[in-house]
Formats: sequence, structure tokens, C-alpha cells
Amino acid sequence: MTRTYQEINEKIASGKAVVVDADEIISIVESEGYEKALETVDVVTTATFSPMCSSGAFINFGHAETPIRMEKIFLNNVECNGGLAAVDTFIGATQESIDKGMEYGGAHVICDLIDGKDIHLYATAKGTDCYPRKEISTYININDINEAYLYNPRNCYQNYSAATNSSSKRLYTYMGVLQPNFGNVTYATAGQLSPLLNDPYLRTIGLGTRIFLAGTQGYVTWQGTQYNSAQKRGENGVPLGGGATLAVTGNMKEMSTDFIRPAVFEKYGTSMSVGIGIPIPVLDMEMLKYLCVKDEDIKQTICDYSIRDGRDDAVAQVTYAQLRSGSVEINGKTVKTAPLTSRYKSKEIATLLKEQIQKKEFFLTEPVHMFPQNNSLNGLAIREKKGGNK
Amino acid sequence: MKQMKIRLTFPRDLTAEPVTYNLVKKFDISFNILKAHVDYKLEGTLLLGLEGTEENLNAAIRYLNETGVIVDLDGTSISIDMDKCVHCGACTAVCVKGALEIGEDYKLHYHGDKCLECMLCVKACPQRIIKNVFDI
Repeated sequence: MTRTYQEINEKIASGKAVVVDADEIISIVESEGYEKALETVDVVTTATFSPMCSSGAFINFGHAETPIRMEKIFLNNVECNGGLAAVDTFIGATQESIDKGMEYGGAHVICDLIDGKDIHLYATAKGTDCYPRKEISTYININDINEAYLYNPRNCYQNYSAATNSSSKRLYTYMGVLQPNFGNVTYATAGQLSPLLNDPYLRTIGLGTRIFLAGTQGYVTWQGTQYNSAQKRGENGVPLGGGATLAVTGNMKEMSTDFIRPAVFEKYGTSMSVGIGIPIPVLDMEMLKYLCVKDEDIKQTICDYSIRDGRDDAVAQVTYAQLRSGSVEINGKTVKTAPLTSRYKSKEIATLLKEQIQKKEFFLTEPVHMFPQNNSLNGLAIREKKGGNK
Repeated sequence: MKQMKIRLTFPRDLTAEPVTYNLVKKFDISFNILKAHVDYKLEGTLLLGLEGTEENLNAAIRYLNETGVIVDLDGTSISIDMDKCVHCGACTAVCVKGALEIGEDYKLHYHGDKCLECMLCVKACPQRIIKNVFDI
């Protein structure tokens, strides 16, 4: 049995689509078997709510009466990119403010905008014949500016190595605080609920896929940066380390900070936790089998973050189920584990997306372009210019 | 006799109320001030170790609630703004005693009785919603 996107959307429109989340599909298949589940279930919802530094927003401020071509731009003292057109900018989530440092960064500005707070805009320019103004100081609000859309070059990591610390010093990292002498392990994935672990080869997720993004309907706009579809995989197709990623966008004017939050990692910097939900169509038996992936089938490597010089940093391989159990064994020692991805928020988003589809508010899209298989990563060589530095 | 630890937060209009005097006088409770920060006419925070009969302790808590003092029965210096918590679990990474844990309901739970007040969670929380109430 197979079904098409069109057939699924027709069922959604008629209110007859059967939608479950990626936890529920596992128990449905366990109790009713694959054949029956394939006949019954049309869509499986997946979700994640996790810190992702590669996030930001494009903004167009609109023109002042005497216009300015902004070159140095600050929002609440967080510097934004001045390399676009006169009143366009991109603000990166990890940019730290000049007065509060990492405690208030680009992610905070983005979330304060979403919350409808007034944000101070300060910009300077050299002044041109067409844009004579050289300085502007004013307040903006998301309801008054032209466009504000989130654009995240890399989100939704398919799988990501867990972190530990063998050294005698406490480490402060983007994976949280790592206690000395294998004092803990942190990990960042929603496991069996996570979107790209339920579609390991991205058969149904590509350019144009409509997604739940921070409370609104957003879209997949390209493969994410550091897209590593060539990562080694287990028998079930699930990558054993960092795998595919997605670039996503959506209208910030429709977002809610219930599903997007600034995140501050001590002595590391500002980041942003982004809530993403992706509905996966049960096109055929192959998709159904992918969608039944369980925490115990998802393998993770634990990396030692005290090794930062290119040496092999893998210390153990475990499953997500083991990580979620509260402790794992590293070299015979029992080590406490802790998540950075909110399982609670992920489940909330998967449930909400399910309800939106059931209420005919959310329809599925067929990708207009698929992302490459076997795409591997390049490192950054430190080298001379080819042919010499002449 | 029963012992317990409580944290009291005094709103500004209550900083002149002789609360601790009343605990002794009305409820026959002996107390130990573990930590205190009181700014007359501004606000105050008290961490108290109490000892008394169960009946008197219950009556004392009722009295405190009635006066408008905010009573926190976890009885530690840690305050967590649960309304803003996203239940990520980053704080649990540094909590050796398991006072902070993600429960079966996927939510963060705080067990004050296990807390050593090492304050590492204050730094580990990416949402910045865990505070040491005496750190002013």
C-alpha cells in the first residue's frame, strides 16, 4: 500500500486524516502490526526544541523621513550586519551586546521583538546624496517594521554527539557545564521524536517542506549548513554522529516565545533554543519503518571535550535510551547524563502539530527539490595561497 | 518535635511585622536564622530552621500565609521561575545530589531536601531562571 501527498491532504481537508506523533506510532505498530498501521496512519508528527547557534533574523526597518543607508547598526546594543541594503539587516542569535555581553545577545533581541517589546535602534552612516542622514536613534516594534523573518542557516540536527570531560578542570561549553574527571555527560536530541531521525535519508523533507517553526508555519529553505548526509549509518539508516541539517525560515510576526527562547551558556555565549515540528507522511512501508525508530535504536558517540586538537575524542558509544536512563558507563565508571534538548517542549510541539493537522489548519507539502545524499564535510586547512603569496 | 526549613519572602509593606517574634510567642516555635537579607521598607528574605510540634508548625505556616509573607517550603536559597522553565535539563547536569531532575512527565522537578546549595545550577541554566535569592 502507498499514498501520495495529495491523497493525504484530501483526507486532512475532509477531516478524516489519522495523525499520531512519533512516540505513538511505535506503540501502534507494536500492538497492531506494520500492515494495519500502514493502512490506518496517514501522518506522523515529529519535533525538537533544542539550542541551535546558527539562528538569526532578517529585518527591514522602513525609511525615516530623511533616509539613511545604515552601516553600523545596533538593536538594544547588539550589533547587526550592516552589509545589506539601506534599511535591511541580519541579526545573528549569538551576537553579544556591547553592554551586557552574553547575558543579552541577538537571541534576546529576536525574542523581545517577538514579545512585542520596543527595541532601541541606533545606526550610523557616512551619508550619501541619496541617503543624507548620518545617524539615527529611535525605537522599533515588530508591528511597525516591514519584514521580520527568522532565518536559521542550520537547525534540526539529525544526530549530535554527546559530550563529556576527562580533564581535571570544569569545562564551560555549548554543551553545557562539563564536570571534571568524567563528572557528567550532556546530550542534545529529542531522540525518537526528533524530525530527521524519523526520516533518516530525507525522503520526505526537502526544499519547500512546510514545518512548525516557533509557533507559526515556516518552511525548509535549503539544506542546513554542515550538512553531512555521508555520515556513517547504522542498519536502520540512522547516522551514528552529526548528520543532516536544515535551513529554515518563518514570519517572526506570527511566532511565540513559548516555542523559541534565548539560551545563555556560561562562559560560552548566547544561543537560541528553537522549536521545530515536522509532519512526515506515511507514504509507504519504507517510511513507516523509519518512523518506528526507537530511542534504543539511535546510537550516539560520546566525545571528550577536553580534547580539542584534532585527536580522536570518541570515548564511548551509547544509545539514546541509555542516555535518557540517567547514567551511562564510560571505561567502567557510571557517569550521570543530562539533556539540553527539552523533551517536554518537543512533545508539546509534536502534539500541537498533530492537532493543527486534525483541525485542517496545517497541510503537507511535497518538496520541490531534494537534498543531496553522500554529502560530506570539509575541514578548514590552515595553508599558504596556492601558487605562493605573490 | 519536628524540624523543618522554610524560606520567607517579605513584601515591602510587611518588613515591619514582628513575624519571628510571633513564631515564638504564639506558636512556641524555636528557630534558627540560617540566612537573612532584610531591607527595612523594601523587602526581605529569611531562611529559617524551625522546631516545634507538628500542630504548632502547621499553625505557624498558616499564620505566615495569612500575613502575606510568601512561604517556600523547599527551604533553600534557590528560587526557580517554573513558569519560564523550558524543562531542557541543562541544570541537572551539574546537580550531584539529584535535587534537580527531569521526571517521568519530562518536566523539571526540584527537591529542596536534597539540595546542597552549591549554586552551580544558577550558572548552568541557559534560561537564567534559577536564582540564589540571597545573591543581591
